[in-house]
Amino acid sequence: MDLNEMLSYGFMQRALIGGSLIAILCSVLGVFLVLRRLSLIGDGLAHVTFGSVALTLLFRLQSVYMTLAVIPVVLASALGILKLAQKARIYGDAAIGMVSAIGIATGVLLASVAGGFNVDLFSYLFGNILSISSSELAIAAGLFVIVIAGVIMFYNELFASTFDEELAKSSGLDTDRINAVLVLLTALTVVLAMKVVGIMLISALLILPAVTALQVAKGFKAAIISAAAIGVGTVICGISVSFVLNLPTGATIVIINFVVFLLAFALRGLLRHS
Amino acid sequence: MTDKALTVQNLCAGYHGTEVLQDVSFTVNPGDYVGICGPNGSGKSTMIKIILGLLAPTSGAISVLGKPLGGFHDWRRIGYLPQGLQFFNPHFPATVDEVIRLGRLSAKKFPRRFTKDDTRAVEQTMEWMGISHIRGKMIGELSGGLRQRVLLARALVNDPALLVMDEPTTALDPETRESFYKLIFEMNREKKVTVLLVTHDTATIGKYASHLLYLDKKVIFYGSFDDFCNSTEMTGFFGEHGQHLVCHRH
Repeated sequence: MDLNEMLSYGFMQRALIGGSLIAILCSVLGVFLVLRRLSLIGDGLAHVTFGSVALTLLFRLQSVYMTLAVIPVVLASALGILKLAQKARIYGDAAIGMVSAIGIATGVLLASVAGGFNVDLFSYLFGNILSISSSELAIAAGLFVIVIAGVIMFYNELFASTFDEELAKSSGLDTDRINAVLVLLTALTVVLAMKVVGIMLISALLILPAVTALQVAKGFKAAIISAAAIGVGTVICGISVSFVLNLPTGATIVIINFVVFLLAFALRGLLRHS
Repeated sequence: MTDKALTVQNLCAGYHGTEVLQDVSFTVNPGDYVGICGPNGSGKSTMIKIILGLLAPTSGAISVLGKPLGGFHDWRRIGYLPQGLQFFNPHFPATVDEVIRLGRLSAKKFPRRFTKDDTRAVEQTMEWMGISHIRGKMIGELSGGLRQRVLLARALVNDPALLVMDEPTTALDPETRESFYKLIFEMNREKKVTVLLVTHDTATIGKYASHLLYLDKKVIFYGSFDDFCNSTEMTGFFGEHGQHLVCHRH
C-alpha cells in the first residue's frame, strides 16, 4: 500500500490531523509537567474523567452534554490535586494517586449501579484514534487553539515557575495562579482528547515526547519545540505503521515513542562520551 | 529625605506555635552592606523570606525602599539570591542566557514578553560578571560556583536597589567563596546596591560588610562593625575569642 492510497482515506486524514494536534498539546504541556514531577497528572485526571463519564452514563446523557458535564468535574479535580499538594502537606504524586483512585473507584461503582459496564465507558479507556469523526476533529482543533494560546500567554511565567517556584515568587509572580493555569490547561486537554485517543495514549503523550526531548534539548524553548516535533512525528509514524501492519494504533504509537526515547538516550550517552 | 532601604519594626514570626523571631527591629540605609549572622534556627532565613514576601509574619511592620511591604509591588528593585535552587534538577533544560533573562520578568506586566531591552540588559550583566562565554551552556552543566554566579546575574539583571542573599556561598570552596564575596563588595561600592547577606561565615564577613546584624530569634547586636568590635557588651556576650573571630579581618 502506498502513501497516496493511505492518505486518500478520510478516516486516515482525520486521524493524522487530530492525532498531531493532540500530540502537540500533550507534548508541550508534558515538558512543564515532567519537570515539575507532575507527569502522572494526565493519568489521574483521565481516571477522574472515567468516573465522571460513568456518572453521565447513569443519567443517560447524550454525548455532547456528557462532555459538557464532565469538564467542570475534571477541572475541579485538577484544582483539588493542587490544593491537596499545597494545603494537606502531601507530595504531588500522592495527591494525584488519591484523586485518580477516587475517580476510577467512582466510575466502577457507578457502572455497577447502572447495571454493568457499558461499551461507551470502555471506549474512554482505550479510545480509537482511527475513528475520529469530523465533529471530534473540530473539538480537537478548538482545544488546540485554546490551549496553545494559554501556553503562549503564560509561557514565561510557566517557565519561571517550573525552573524554581521560590525564585519566581520572589520576582512577584503569582505562582498559585500559574500552577492553576497549568493544571487547568492539562485537565481541558485530557477531557477533550480522551474520547479520541484514550487514557493510555494521553498519558503516554504527556510523558514520553517530553522525556525524550529532555535527553537532547539544549535550552528550554528547544525542549518545548523538540517535544512537540517528537510527539507529532511519533503519532504520524505510529498511525501509518499500525495501518500498514494492521496493529492496534494507540499501542503502536506508545511503542514507537519508547523506541525514540531509547535512541535519544543512546545519543545523549554518545555525545557525553565524545 | 532619602527613603530607608529597609525598616523592620517589632517583627514576630513563628511556625506551628514555635516563635522564630521575637520583636525584631532595625533599619538599613541605602548603600549599606549588612551581614546577618546567628546560630542555626536563629530566624535569619525566616526574616529574609518575610522581607521578600514569601512568608507572612505573626506581627510587626516592614517597609522596603520606602513602601510598606503589603503595598510593595516594585519587585524588580529587589534581587534575591538563595543558597541554591529549591529543588535543583541538574537535567533542567535551561541555558545560562534563559535563566538570567527570567530575572527580567519582575519588571513586566502580563503577558510578560521580553524585548530587545531585556536582551541588552542580560548581555550587559553577563559581561559585567564575566560570564558571557558560558551564555549558551546548560545550567546543570556548571560547577556550583559558576551556577551561583549565574543566579547572582539573574538577581542583578534589573539593577536592583536592594540585593538579598541567603547563605549564597555555603556550597562553594574557599577560593570561589572569596571571589564571590569580592564581587558582591565591588557591586556594593560601584553600583551603590544595598546588600543584605545571611551567612555563617562570621570570620570573613567583617572584611566586606559595613554592618553586622546578629540574630538569635531577637536582635543581639545591630550596628557598624567598628561599634561591634569596640563593644564591651559584645565581648561579654561572645567572649574575647568570639569577638576577635568576627573582627580580625575587619
